[in-house]
Amino acid sequence: MKRRTSSLTDAVLTLLTWLGVLIMFAPIALMVLTSFKSEQDAVSFPPKLFFTPTIEHYRRIFENDFAAFATTSVVVTFFSTLVVIVLAVPAAYALTVRPIPKWRDVLFFLISTKMMPIAAGIVPIYLVARSFDLLNTATLLIIVYTSMNLPLAVWMIRSFMVEIPRDVFDAVEVDGAGRWREITRIILPLIRPGLASTALLCGIFAWNEFFLAVNLTTTVSTLPVFLQKFLSFGQLYTAQVAAVATLINVPVVAAGWIAQKNLTRGLTFGAVR
Amino acid sequence: MALPAAPQGSRRALDVNSLAKGWWKRLPLVPAMAVVLVVTQLPFVITLYYSMQRWNLVSTSAPRFVWFRNFVGALHDEIFLKAVVNTAVITAAIVFASIVIGGLLAAGLNREFRGRMIARTLAITPFFVMPVAAALFWKTGVYDPSFGILGWVTSEIGVGRLNWASQYPKLTIIILSTWQWSAFALLILLAGMQSFPTEVGEAAAIDGAGRLYAFRRLMLPHLRPFMELTALLIAMYVLDTFAAITILTNGGPAYATTNLSYYVYLEAFSAFDLGKASAFGVIALVLAIALTVPMLRIVSGIFKEGGRA
Repeated sequence: MKRRTSSLTDAVLTLLTWLGVLIMFAPIALMVLTSFKSEQDAVSFPPKLFFTPTIEHYRRIFENDFAAFATTSVVVTFFSTLVVIVLAVPAAYALTVRPIPKWRDVLFFLISTKMMPIAAGIVPIYLVARSFDLLNTATLLIIVYTSMNLPLAVWMIRSFMVEIPRDVFDAVEVDGAGRWREITRIILPLIRPGLASTALLCGIFAWNEFFLAVNLTTTVSTLPVFLQKFLSFGQLYTAQVAAVATLINVPVVAAGWIAQKNLTRGLTFGAVR
Repeated sequence: MALPAAPQGSRRALDVNSLAKGWWKRLPLVPAMAVVLVVTQLPFVITLYYSMQRWNLVSTSAPRFVWFRNFVGALHDEIFLKAVVNTAVITAAIVFASIVIGGLLAAGLNREFRGRMIARTLAITPFFVMPVAAALFWKTGVYDPSFGILGWVTSEIGVGRLNWASQYPKLTIIILSTWQWSAFALLILLAGMQSFPTEVGEAAAIDGAGRLYAFRRLMLPHLRPFMELTALLIAMYVLDTFAAITILTNGGPAYATTNLSYYVYLEAFSAFDLGKASAFGVIALVLAIALTVPMLRIVSGIFKEGGRA
């Protein structure tokens, strides 16, 4: 008897869970679905589940300067992530494997920089960039995104290094291998999956960033700025917006799904595994 | 001072030597710290300096040092005070709602059932969606009174077609952000629930503890540090909400959704009043630190232990 009520509760809970999950996913499903509808179908109610799909909107995306913004997004995301990893690996090493004195203070300093609103620094960043003639360039975005993602990357990479068994390094000390060799030959191969997740997460943040992009760049800029301009063209077309939004989100959603396993660790600065 | 006497010369040599050794040890950290300090910390110092200037790019007069006049001005600026309140309300609402919704979803997903991994993947997806793209689609496809799905839903249930962005501007921002951040809360809280020792749960079940009772008396205390951490991280990101505001409401109507970041942006890049914008920025910085540092202290244990789960 007890058993049966319990399995009934379970079924109800599972049903409720699925309901909640589907509500969470519904806006995304609606967006993808809408992107294949004609504009008339997109705004007809009740919403049409069955319709003649069209890829017209996807074709039209490329009519304006989408390609240029997409290229900048790819370049900025790729290079900022690359630089982040190159800088974060040695930093995490000096805070973990061969820890410097006060390594804990350094880690907390890094996390505290993430708590400061970037708006408080935007005026000087803008003015300094202007005097170096860097406004409206991909280089500037690479620099600011690198520093934006560095603290997170150091924490995340560190959390993977912590898991390497100590005796691996003790063997190295006997061996007398140098620091460079220790990092490249021993540590990097061991943390490669973690490194990939770190890169994916930093890539997602760079790809999606808006505040710095919109204030520091205009014509040479990333996709969020392209989307915002879309808004100022005047008339908004639901299906067209859905198509652009869907296309732009394919890389980040894919990255998020791939990095799923190590995502929690990255997002919590390594605090939760 | 009271060290045993040692030959002066050799001690200095030793100092220099150990100093060099110390820096050699720190060398791998130097490039990363330099980038973080120069690009993210130095601007704050410069902002502090600018905040004491009267400096408007549209006016012809040269920047002038005015001490704390911009700060005094901020305290008399009704819109600024409104922005402080808006930031607090919007942040608190998003943090609270995200933890509740994310927590409920996590509790549902922390059970064995078919397709659980797919369900989890679908539920966390909103977090990855680009905020600008999400806001743009929600504006046209969800919130729009005549073309959005929410307008249709509310008219079907007899509430009529609501104009979300003008009637409930704050709620418009809060709902969209909560959608994205509850996916984030779900991720962390689910990891927290999975670290709950199964033996404890089994023992409770054998003792005849009800499911709800076990959840409340055993799981919730276990989850507490995870919830605190989630609150800290969401607050830290949501204080800066910008994309949703820019796209959905432009800070309006009548500054109802202008938060501190958005007001700094308006002063700097629409009014070109760099002195005032800097003062607002400094205050925003101080408030953010005042809020997050105590929270960081509460959760610091979870970081110090070098991770949980």
